[in-house]
Formats: sequence, structure tokens, C-alpha cells
Amino acid sequence: MPTVSVNKQELFDLLGKNYETKEFDELCFEFGIELDEDTTEEALKLNEEPQLKIEIGANRYDLLCIEGIAQALNEFLGRNEAPVYKLSEPTTKLIIDKSVEQVRSYAAAAILRNITFTPENYQSFIALQDKLHSNLCRNRTLVAIGTHDLDTVEGPFHYRGIPPKDIKFVPLNQTREFRGDELIEFYKQPEQKNNIGRFVHIIEDSPVYPVISDAKGTVCSLPPLINSEHSKISLNTKNVLIECTATDKTKLDIVINQMVAMFSRYCENEFVIEPLEIVSEFNNQSRTTPNCASKMMSVSVDYINSCLGLKQEPSDICKCLSKMALQASPDSKDHGAIQVAIPITRPDILHPCDIMEDAAIGYGYNKLPKGEKLSNANFVAAPLPINRVSDIFRIASSQASWLEVLPLTLCSHDENFKYLRVEDDGTKAVKLANPKTLEYQVVRTSLLPGLLKTVKENRKHSLPIKVFETGDVVFKNAELERKAFNERHWGAVYVGKTSGFEIIQGLLGKIMQTFRTPWISDFGKSSSTRGYWIEQDESQATFFPGRGAKVMFRQKEGQPAKQIGYLGVIHPEVMNNFDVPFAGSYVELNAEVFL
Amino acid sequence: MADLQLDILEKLDKDGEIKSSLQTFPNINPQVILSALNSLKAHGKVDYSKHDKIRYSLTKEGEEIVAKGSHEIRLLHLVEKFGKLQIKEVMTQMGADGKVGQARAFKNGWISKNKENELTLSEKISSSSDVADETKDLLLKVKDDKLDGIDDKVLNDLKKRKLVAPIKETSFNIVKGSDFSTDLTKPETDLTAEMVSTGSYKDLKFKPYNFNSEGIIPESGALHPLSKIREEFRQIFFSMGFTEMPSNQYVETGFWNFDTLYVPQQHPARDLQDTFYIKDPAQSDLPEDKEYIENIKAVHEDGKYESIGYRYNWKPVESQKLVLRTHTTAISAAMLKELAKDPKPVRLFSIDRVFRNEAVDATHLAEFHQVEGVLADFNITLGDLIQFMESFFAKMGVTGLRFKPTYNPYTEPSMEIFSWHEGLGKWVEIGNSGMFRPEMLEPMGLPKDLRVLGWGLSLERPTMIKYGVQNIRELLGHKVSLDFIENNPAARLDEDLYD
Repeated sequence: MPTVSVNKQELFDLLGKNYETKEFDELCFEFGIELDEDTTEEALKLNEEPQLKIEIGANRYDLLCIEGIAQALNEFLGRNEAPVYKLSEPTTKLIIDKSVEQVRSYAAAAILRNITFTPENYQSFIALQDKLHSNLCRNRTLVAIGTHDLDTVEGPFHYRGIPPKDIKFVPLNQTREFRGDELIEFYKQPEQKNNIGRFVHIIEDSPVYPVISDAKGTVCSLPPLINSEHSKISLNTKNVLIECTATDKTKLDIVINQMVAMFSRYCENEFVIEPLEIVSEFNNQSRTTPNCASKMMSVSVDYINSCLGLKQEPSDICKCLSKMALQASPDSKDHGAIQVAIPITRPDILHPCDIMEDAAIGYGYNKLPKGEKLSNANFVAAPLPINRVSDIFRIASSQASWLEVLPLTLCSHDENFKYLRVEDDGTKAVKLANPKTLEYQVVRTSLLPGLLKTVKENRKHSLPIKVFETGDVVFKNAELERKAFNERHWGAVYVGKTSGFEIIQGLLGKIMQTFRTPWISDFGKSSSTRGYWIEQDESQATFFPGRGAKVMFRQKEGQPAKQIGYLGVIHPEVMNNFDVPFAGSYVELNAEVFL
Repeated sequence: MADLQLDILEKLDKDGEIKSSLQTFPNINPQVILSALNSLKAHGKVDYSKHDKIRYSLTKEGEEIVAKGSHEIRLLHLVEKFGKLQIKEVMTQMGADGKVGQARAFKNGWISKNKENELTLSEKISSSSDVADETKDLLLKVKDDKLDGIDDKVLNDLKKRKLVAPIKETSFNIVKGSDFSTDLTKPETDLTAEMVSTGSYKDLKFKPYNFNSEGIIPESGALHPLSKIREEFRQIFFSMGFTEMPSNQYVETGFWNFDTLYVPQQHPARDLQDTFYIKDPAQSDLPEDKEYIENIKAVHEDGKYESIGYRYNWKPVESQKLVLRTHTTAISAAMLKELAKDPKPVRLFSIDRVFRNEAVDATHLAEFHQVEGVLADFNITLGDLIQFMESFFAKMGVTGLRFKPTYNPYTEPSMEIFSWHEGLGKWVEIGNSGMFRPEMLEPMGLPKDLRVLGWGLSLERPTMIKYGVQNIRELLGHKVSLDFIENNPAARLDEDLYD
């Protein structure tokens, strides 16, 4: 969720009241934003102006600046009505050339006439662009915003794709002219890495770069990287040209709408926006931008009442909605419905359920009548069968004096293979593409690495250390839709001055007894009933030579036996790989055979 | 031993005090006496004080001197007898002692030596009766323990000459103790099987037990604290009729983890920054239900089911990316899709691992457990969800909930659940909940009036708050302390730790 920092006094002035922190907190709570931090105390020490840090919903782009937060809260409090945005006549055009198709197809523009900037709203104007760029615009990949002093340029404007070497202009905050390809190299320098450098990849490999220029060919911007020094805005700018370029048309409209909705309030004619004619013939996208008309949505009154457990009249619902920037009125055609006008500030509304939620917030979540409909009587609970099997393993192991541990599922490739003296043949383990650390490279295929890591961290514990885990390992399987599956395993380790193999063997016996599975002597030959035995097995390099075995299980009389796990004395190299300076033994079973 | 104890007690009973054990029991080793006294003292029968004294005894050579006279006097007698004695004859006559006697006789000025190397009486004495045998006299005094008046220097000289040896003598002064009696029956420390079967316990005295002690802690195994809390949650779900979902599937497709939940393909949650993507296996399949895929595509791209949609190009290739599930809701979605075959009220839950590609710190791990409940029923309301949450959390002793509007991509309305935390003195978020969006449910084929409530919380957070664990790594993963697991009490969510 994004956090927006606003000047505390400025916000309270806009709300017409100096709130106590607790009271403001309460207001935020009911509206659905969160007061994260009030810097008053800190600011007093530093002699700065106190800020409020407010966390907003990730879909509320209209709340990314103080103007939007104040407007929304004032509407919620009933102090203001939602503004009505009006368009004046367009005076100029933005002509989009087909050449942009290969790099960044869409553009929109708007003009704010006779705007009055103050240091505060100017800063907010810049900050909103940053917030939109990093949130909705996905770091300028989807949309990029450019703002210009209209009085330094002259329409009609052009949006073209131009080969890098043919682009020449002085970029913002630079003193010399750069060629397009030079500029890319300039922004790829290390000192630009966390600044403009972050966006270079968006256009770098394109044969043409997107350029906005004016009627005389003066470059206004090279989106999504940088505006030109020539057309830069300042506190004294009177007329602002806002242009947006995009790869996603829907988000393009949302972004330009937010910009004009928030800042047209500072124009001489409040909330009046001058649109531009967009000429985009190659893709049939010619139109006038921005489109400030509210979208109409008809919503059933019964639907809202039924979801909220209320019996409100349409007019009452409309009142609740007006607190949420939604102008609604009973539908003249459909008696059981209301017509809701969704302003350009609320692109988050996609479905009548969003209107229904706003009706609930307007009413007050904590005032809603509590339901009495749900009864527990008609439902029979059941555990997941494998979890029941797990519980039997867990309880039996702890009763046998082992400690349950919960290591992580992710581990390094070495921990899962090399440290266990096992080769990765590429058929089993799921591998991660983008881990942040080497600790998380694969999803484990054995419980042993986690158990040995736990022992390592607890080396100072009194010996012997006896720990177990019942948890999932993951194997690849190309036949499945998800290409991998979990398998529940049980693993127990004994670590001490001696290997304790017989103790681990005895624990296995205890567990098998718990699952009604007796030991069968002579390697399964002395009886043909259900049972288990162990057989020496040299195939597991994790174990000390001559001290590794497989666990064989015959489920029913007459059925063939199958291997369900293994046990053995852990190879000294394995112990050393995990920094455990003791001897140890290990047993691991596939728990799913007991389902 | 018991005899000695009895002797001591009887002597005390008769005399009132034993001034010196050495005198009373001269032939008993003081160590034996000490152990008898300690045993008696432990039962309050006697008190004692210990006194150490050094005594000297004569060596074998010393005893010989007392019997035969000192070497020097014997040499003198020899010289007197022969008148003149060749020095070489001294050894022949007296052996090694002769040399010592000769040296001391010279020193005492009893004898002298002429030119022929012969010993004669010195001019000072005419007969051996003129001299006293001081060495013998001294040794006699030592033997009789009459050391008064004997200089320490002289004693040390005797010691050096190996005529006497020091002996440490320990003696005890014994008096009656507070529980004095001549009865020696020792109280028993424990009841034995033999006493029970023979009935001998009836005649025995038992030592008082020290109740101000902890006893012997048994060696035992233990379940992990987090899994104990998990079990508490499971039991709450079971008590409300919830069935556990098959959440044992960590690898998910972009389709189930995101698309089905109406999370658009450019949503930040799908960033590499937040989600673990999988490189091997490389790509998933799409579900076999082609109609479902078409519905998902439609509702994302152009809108359907009264939704205007997100209006972007939905790409199957994004859906086929494999991820480690970021929430168990991916499983809930698959379960709800199954429900569409036979829509009816259901209650489902899971408590299982989820994965986030986050930087690890005190409150974040790349893996943690999500507790998730899903409740589907016809025409249920937001008020039902509120009431249900209150019942659910009341079962773990959490009451007085408040609900805050919030945003989740797949629920609308969405509510964060807050409760007042007495220990922290503030409202804390304890869970997230909502009604699943129609854009999620209707593509599955679920009827419009079957509404589905979902809520979730992490398992670690309430556990950390409940037990004051500051660092999540001390709770989950290999860095947990085994002592913490061994000594952790039973988990009882309804137990109020702040009373």
C-alpha cells in the first residue's frame, strides 16, 4: 500500500479543523485510510513543519496527493460536494505518427490555463507525478508523464518515433545539447543508476525513440526518460501542457485524468480543463483528451441492501454514496436501481460491488447491523487426511522424546545436494528464478538440510540432540498442470557423541508400530503379512559406507514390498558440511503411504 | 558404624559430654568418628567441635636410642673400654651409627684424636659417667609427650636427624544435640516397594521432605510452539464446521495464484520484487476447462458479469509462469472452482506456508504461514461476515473488534479486522477479510447469489504477540532455540496473558 506524506497544518486547514491525533486517526479508520505516522514531535525538535504519513489503498490513485485526500475526506465529512470537471474548447492538437507504434503507441495531452502555483502546490504537482510513475505507471513502463510551460512552445504538437542519432536537445537540468544515443549512454552512467538510469531499459533497444516536439520542431520531451530544459515549468508558469505517453491505453487515461482532476483546481476557472485534439489515425485512436465525463453505472438497490443486510431507500443509499465522491440518483427507467456517476477520480470502480462497498463505507462498517443468518449447525468439519497422518507422526515422535522443529522449505542448492553428497540430476528439485539471497535457490527434496541446520544453530544444546519434522518436500512432475507436487515427509535425526543408529532404528520401529506395522525378520521373508524391514543400501551417499539402509514396507498380505524411505549413519563429510561436530543418524519416510 | 554411633550416644547419655574422642575412643580412626558424628548431627542427635593437635612419635632409630643410648654415648663407652681406638675400628664396631656418634662426640668435646689416628677420651673427662646422654633424655621426654620446655629448634633438630616424626591428631569434643536420644532408628527418605509389600512402612519413620524445591524435570519431547498455535486455530475451525483444504501445493501457476483472483497482469504483487518465480520447471499448463480460461480472459480484458474489466491485453504466457504461491487463496480459488460443479454452502479453511520474495528482517521471512477461512452461502451479508468474525475471534478470547475499509484485489467489500491489544495499548490489525469479487466467482460458474466470505491472517503474528517473540526468525526456521521449544507451555489462544 502506498504511503503519502502531507503537511499536517495544510491538510487541517483544507479540512477546516485542527484535529486531535486520535480524532483524525478515527476519521481515517472509518474512511479506510491509515494514519501511519504523525511527525509532530520530531518536527518540533528539527524545527520543521509536521507531516502526516497516510497509507492509502493501492487502487486509490486519487488519494496520492494532499489535494485528493482533502477532497475525499471533505466529501466523506459532508463538507464538500465532488467537483464537476469541465472541458473548454481545444485550441491545439497532438499529432501521433505511426512511427511510435514500435516503441510506445499511445499519447494523450491536456492544458491547464492560468494556473497559480505556490511553493506548496508546485511541490505537490511534482510529487504526484513521482507517485503515479512508481505506482500505476509501473516505473514509467506503462505510462510516462511530461509537463511543460506552454508559453515556451507552440502547437500543434507532434509525437513521433525518431532514430536516436537524429534526436538533438538540451535535456532538463543539463547545459548542453545531447544526441539521443549520447543521452542513453549518459543516463547509463553509474551516478544515474538510481535516477533516470532506471528507465533506460524501456526504450534502449528500440530502433526509434519516442519524441514529443512542437510545431517548430523544438523537442519537448523524450518519454519515458526526460523533458527538455527548454520547456521546463517553474513556479511562475501560467499555462501548463501535460502530455502522457503509454503502452497501455486504459492506464494512460487514468493517469492524465488524475493529473487534471487534482490540479485544475488551481486554474483561474476552477476545474476547467483545456483538452487537445489527438490525431492518431494509424491505430484509429483519434479523439479529444482528456475525457472528463463521469461514467454511468446502474446498480440494483436490492443488490446493495442484500449484500449489506440493510433495507435502505434508494435516496438513503445515494446519500451514503455522495460521501464517497459518487453522485447517485434513483434510476428514472428502472425503479429498483440507482444511477451512479463515477467521476474521473474513481477509476477503481469496475463493478456494482465497488459501489456496494462504497455504500457500506458511507454508511459506516461499524454501524452495520450484525448478521444472524450463519449457524454452525449444518456443517460437518473434517481434517485433511494427510494432516491427520502428520499429526500421528508428530505426536508419536514427541512422545518418543524428539523435539519438533519447523525449518524453512527453501534452501540453497548446495544444502539440498552437494552438502548431502548427492548429485543433482535435474529431475527432482524445483529451482527459483529470482531469489534475493543464496539461501533460497531450490525447494527442498529432503527434510535433512533443515534438520541439520537446526542442529548446527543449537550445537551448544546438551547432547544428544533429537529433532524431527513432518513437512512437505516438492518434486517436479511434467505430467501435472502445475509441473510439481508436494509430498509429506517425516524425518528425524539423532546427533551425539556416537551415531545412535540403533536409537534411530528404534524410533523407526516405534513409529511403524504406531501405524500398525510390525517388523518382519529375515528381510521380510519370515512372514507375508503387513509389515516393514530394513535392507542395507549403498546407493545413498549421504550415509556412511555400510551403514545406510532402505525402509521396505508391505502394506497388505500378498502385496509387493516397496521402499518408503531410508535411514543410516550420516556420513562424516555431511556432518562437516553442515558444521555439526558430532556423529549422527537419520531416518526419513514418505508419510503419504499411511494415507 | 551403627555400633560406634550407639557407643557415642550412650557415653554422652552417661557423661553428658565427651571432651576428647581421642581419649574416649583411642583406637578408632578419627575419619570413622567424623562420619558417625556427621550422620548423628544430621538427625540432631549431637553437636561437635573438631580439634587438631600435632604430636611427635619416635622413629625406629629414636626408639633404638631410648633403648641403648645415643650413638655418641655408645662410642664414648667403646673408647673408654679400649682406652685407644683406631678410627677405622669405629665402623667395624658400630657400623654406620659409629660415624654419627663419632661426629657428635667430637662436637660435645668428649673425645680427641692422636697422631696415630686413634680416638681417646678427651682431657675434659676422665670417665663416661661424667657426661649425660642429652639426646636420649630428650627423646624420652618426647616419647612421654612431655614437650613443655623443649625448644622448637631442638624439636626441629631431632626431626632433621630423623629421630622423631610429627603426627596430626584429631579429636572431637562432642555434646548432646537438640534431638538427643540414644535411639538410633534412621528416618527413611523414600517409600519403597518392599515397604509397601511387607507393610514395614508402618513401623518406620520418614524424613521430612523439602517441599521448597523443583523436583526432577523429566526428559521429554515437545511439539513446536507455532504448530501448537496452529492446532488451536484448527480446533476453532473444526468447532465451527470447517473442512481443511488440500493446501499441500506450494508451486502454483500465475493463473491460479493471480488471474483467477482477478489480479491484473501488471499488478505490483506480480513483480519480481514480491513473488518467487520458478525457472525449473519453466512453464505450466493452463487448466483443461477452456471455457473458464475464456471467462478469465474476458473479465480481465473487456469486462464481463457487469464488470467493465481492467481493459488490457490478457496474455496466457503470464498465466503460465510458475510461482511459489504468495497466498493460500490460490488453493481456495481451485476449491471454489470445484464447488461450481455443485454449488452449495461450504466452509473451508487451511493453515499452510506461503512465500514472498521479501528482504528478511525481524518481522519478515520469505516463508510464513497463512491462516485462511472461506465461507460460501446464499445471500449472506457483510453483517454476517462481521458477526462471524466476532464469533471466530471470540473463540480465541479476542472481543470488541472494529472493521476498517481496505483494498484487496479479490475482495469487495474488504475489511481489516482490528482488536484492542491490552499489552501494547493500541488497536492492532489481527486479520483481513472480505467478500470475494463477482469477477472472481462468476467466471468459475458459481451462481450470483452464492456469496463467498474470505478472511486470513498470519499464524506467526498472533503467536509473536501472544508470547512476546520479537524476531520471527526465533519462531520459524532453523534459528529457533531448542530450549524455547522444550520449555514452551501449552498453547491456549483463549488464555489472557495480561491479567
